[in-house]
Amino acid sequence: MEKTACIIDVARLNFYYGKFQALKNISLQLESKKITAFIGPSGCGKSTFLRTLNRMNDLIAGARVEGKVLIDGRDIYAQDMDVVELRRRVGMVFQRPNPFPMSIFDNITYAPRMQGQHKGLDDLVERTLVRAALWDEVRDKLKSSALSLSGGQQQRLCIARALAADPGILLMDEPCSALDPVSTLRIEELMQDLKNEYTIIIVTHNMQQAARVSDYTGFFLSGELIEFGDSNKIFTKPDDKRTEDYITGRFG
Amino acid sequence: MFPLNNPTQKGRRSERWSEWAIERIILASGLLTIVFILLIFTFLLKDSLPLFKVYPLKAFLTGRDWYPISDPARFGLVPLLAGSLAVTLGSVIIAVPLGVAAAIYLAEVARPSIRESVKPVVEMLAAIPSVVFGFIGLLILAPYIKSLFDLPTGLTALTGSIMLAFMALPTIISISEDAISAVPREYREASLALGATQWQTISRVMVPAALSGITAAVMLGIGRVIGETMTVLMVTGNAALIPHSITQPVRTMTATIAAEMGEAVQYSEHYFALFSIGAVLFVITFAINFTADIVLHRFRRVGR
Repeated sequence: MEKTACIIDVARLNFYYGKFQALKNISLQLESKKITAFIGPSGCGKSTFLRTLNRMNDLIAGARVEGKVLIDGRDIYAQDMDVVELRRRVGMVFQRPNPFPMSIFDNITYAPRMQGQHKGLDDLVERTLVRAALWDEVRDKLKSSALSLSGGQQQRLCIARALAADPGILLMDEPCSALDPVSTLRIEELMQDLKNEYTIIIVTHNMQQAARVSDYTGFFLSGELIEFGDSNKIFTKPDDKRTEDYITGRFG
Repeated sequence: MFPLNNPTQKGRRSERWSEWAIERIILASGLLTIVFILLIFTFLLKDSLPLFKVYPLKAFLTGRDWYPISDPARFGLVPLLAGSLAVTLGSVIIAVPLGVAAAIYLAEVARPSIRESVKPVVEMLAAIPSVVFGFIGLLILAPYIKSLFDLPTGLTALTGSIMLAFMALPTIISISEDAISAVPREYREASLALGATQWQTISRVMVPAALSGITAAVMLGIGRVIGETMTVLMVTGNAALIPHSITQPVRTMTATIAAEMGEAVQYSEHYFALFSIGAVLFVITFAINFTADIVLHRFRRVGR
């Protein structure tokens, strides 16, 4: 991995929920404008890891972080780090589509409005929805409630909403687990498309999905990063026996 | 094919019968509440309409004097209506911002340990009898108001408003807090993940999403205030005058009924007039609830 392309640098990261250690000594570097997937059985820490990257774990009482996470060379757990600024840089899409109970337009413009932008919103909405491959389906009903959309459309709306905040990095926490296969396919196509502009990090239960979309894959087990590398290699000839067992379906 | 005394079949049939019975019982309870409302309204009308045989309705609704025992008696509703309005409006202006702010604090800002200890205390406030509130108002608040505004008496609309605000607060806080806490956690996460600050998240997402519940809380609070009798009877001075300022004594509709019912001769004009006040009060609360309902439905439709 070239040093210049590295955008996220995690060093000796430990994470605790109270006394329970959810992440153990994680060190890795993620490359810019690539898709990195994290796989592993339930409770292995992959979602927790994802949430350390935009400090969403801050919301959990009793959570504690050790180690360093550098994004664009800045330690995001440093005292002077502005969490609001961090989260504008690192967008997130959640497991279940969670559009706000507002119009489609208001959902997309939420982040820009919160940053004080009130001009050029019409253009922004069109641009972002086109980017998220949703424009043709919703162009005539921007004022109607986002909750009237189907699950797959809602998830693409959530992606669009995250993109409207102009992040460089997009975290996706099992974004397709609540969707049907057709919607899943559309989101995967969208991810491939977005890769040219964004660094995408996805957590998924679905190994086929990880193999299909990602450039790099990391395998988590019991809070440890067992193996991390090129997706082709991980899914064809992994170095670690445990990775192989998981990928071939012996457990998980 | 199946033996007739198949126990599972039999069990199913009795289950179906009990389902039927339970459904009917629930239906009957539902209908009963409607019957109660209708009966209450009927009795109110029955005892208030005779007034208008001897006293014109227009004079009752627009009369500016309430002299029930002078000769001829005058039953003008306006000063009482104005009294109720002044006291209710005042307490709503005090209680709604305070209550909603407290609810937001408890639901979104306070640490769980604080929330767990504060909320029961707030709810305990609702358990204090209204006569105790009246007592506190009379002994502590009224002298203070009197000296603060340099008034001849501390028993004013303002005193009543403040005491009623205290009584409406627990309802408003408790139900608003429930409504805000019931907003899906996903909305908060989505907003924060988009780089919104905590205050933006609260004001733009959490409170709007809980608005129907907050509206219901406010309406219930108003309902409590407008129907409250004992406290206002004790602290508002009971002068049936149209107030020109909030620091004047007033008399509310409820207090009038409570104060005069004992001395009114049964089936006299006065007696019927008091029932007429009751009917007007009923219509007002009914209108408030009805409006609240419409507002709630509208929000729900937008939210979908």
